Amino acid sequence: MQSLPSGQPKDSTAFLWFARGMRNIVSLPALILMSAFIGFAGFAKESGIDLTHAVFMTAAIWALPAQVVLIAAIQAGTALVPTFIAVTLSSVRLMPMVTTLVPDLRAEKTRTLTLLFLSHFVAVTSWVMANERIGRVPRQHRTAFFAGFAVTLTTLNIIVVAVVYTFSAGIPAMVLGALFFLTPIYFLTSLWATARDHVIKIAMVLGLALGPVFYLVAPKFDLLLAGLVGGTLAFFIGRRFSAKGKGGGQ
Amino acid sequence: MNYQAFDAWWWPFLFILIAGWFATDVWRYTGVLLGRRLSETSQVFVLVRAVATALVAAVIARLVVFPSGVLAETALALRIGAAAIGFVAFLLGGQRIAIGVATALAVLLAGMMMGF
Repeated sequence: MQSLPSGQPKDSTAFLWFARGMRNIVSLPALILMSAFIGFAGFAKESGIDLTHAVFMTAAIWALPAQVVLIAAIQAGTALVPTFIAVTLSSVRLMPMVTTLVPDLRAEKTRTLTLLFLSHFVAVTSWVMANERIGRVPRQHRTAFFAGFAVTLTTLNIIVVAVVYTFSAGIPAMVLGALFFLTPIYFLTSLWATARDHVIKIAMVLGLALGPVFYLVAPKFDLLLAGLVGGTLAFFIGRRFSAKGKGGGQ
Repeated sequence: MNYQAFDAWWWPFLFILIAGWFATDVWRYTGVLLGRRLSETSQVFVLVRAVATALVAAVIARLVVFPSGVLAETALALRIGAAAIGFVAFLLGGQRIAIGVATALAVLLAGMMMGF
């Protein structure tokens, strides 16, 4: 199903680019994310969350770690404010991700409202996919293209959660475990494959090493600390080792 | 005031909206407002991108080292070994993601079947 459009009209409309973006859901990362949401549906059901609530969570939050944190808090009977804090800490990572995606996404005439709307659909998978694929799209069509795959990806997984929750009587434990494992390996390989320069690779290595350390030292702030410390270190190490004078070269 | 505090049908939805949706999207919206002023070639952009990447890498490490659910019952050495072997296969296979994912999964499943 990977046939390329042969006769591309010059005046491609937004709708066409939306459709082209949509086609990207037939891909390995989309499949892996669906597997992760199959796992999530099983987890929500096991945790005694209603079907409607699990579906609503997926649509409203659209960030798997935040959803898992929320369910854990619900199960523990945690109050609203501490739950908010736990969830919001797990979601801080979305800010730098969206911040770096915006300059890639917007064209001159892109409205802020459009970007705010689209930002809801940014999660790790769509971010990694956008990094991989958005560069090939003409700038003025990037928001349509991103909307095409990101909104579709979210919609599809909402359906996956509803369907799997309803029929998930007997997913074997080993299969669930394997499904959970797909996600980190996909992030790992894709992030490395799409790294634009060595600063990114250094940041990856540092994040991988620092993450577990900070998890043991400060479990609530582990991602934030690993990101800030690892990212800043990588930035300065990268600057030291890169030949100066060539700003932003490939 | 927890999830089970009120017996009304709408309370869980409101709880999810406040502690889930708002807690998450507030960061996405902040990201948009900050990103609008950022140029792709600026040093600040490179720095923020490095921070975002290290954050995602920490997510990866957490999912492998401290997983939840079924994976938590497998041996740590198996999970790290499967991830490492998968990554090496990915590098050797010309950085093809599918090769890395398939290899890591094969090692993990083999290990689980052997009772690790």
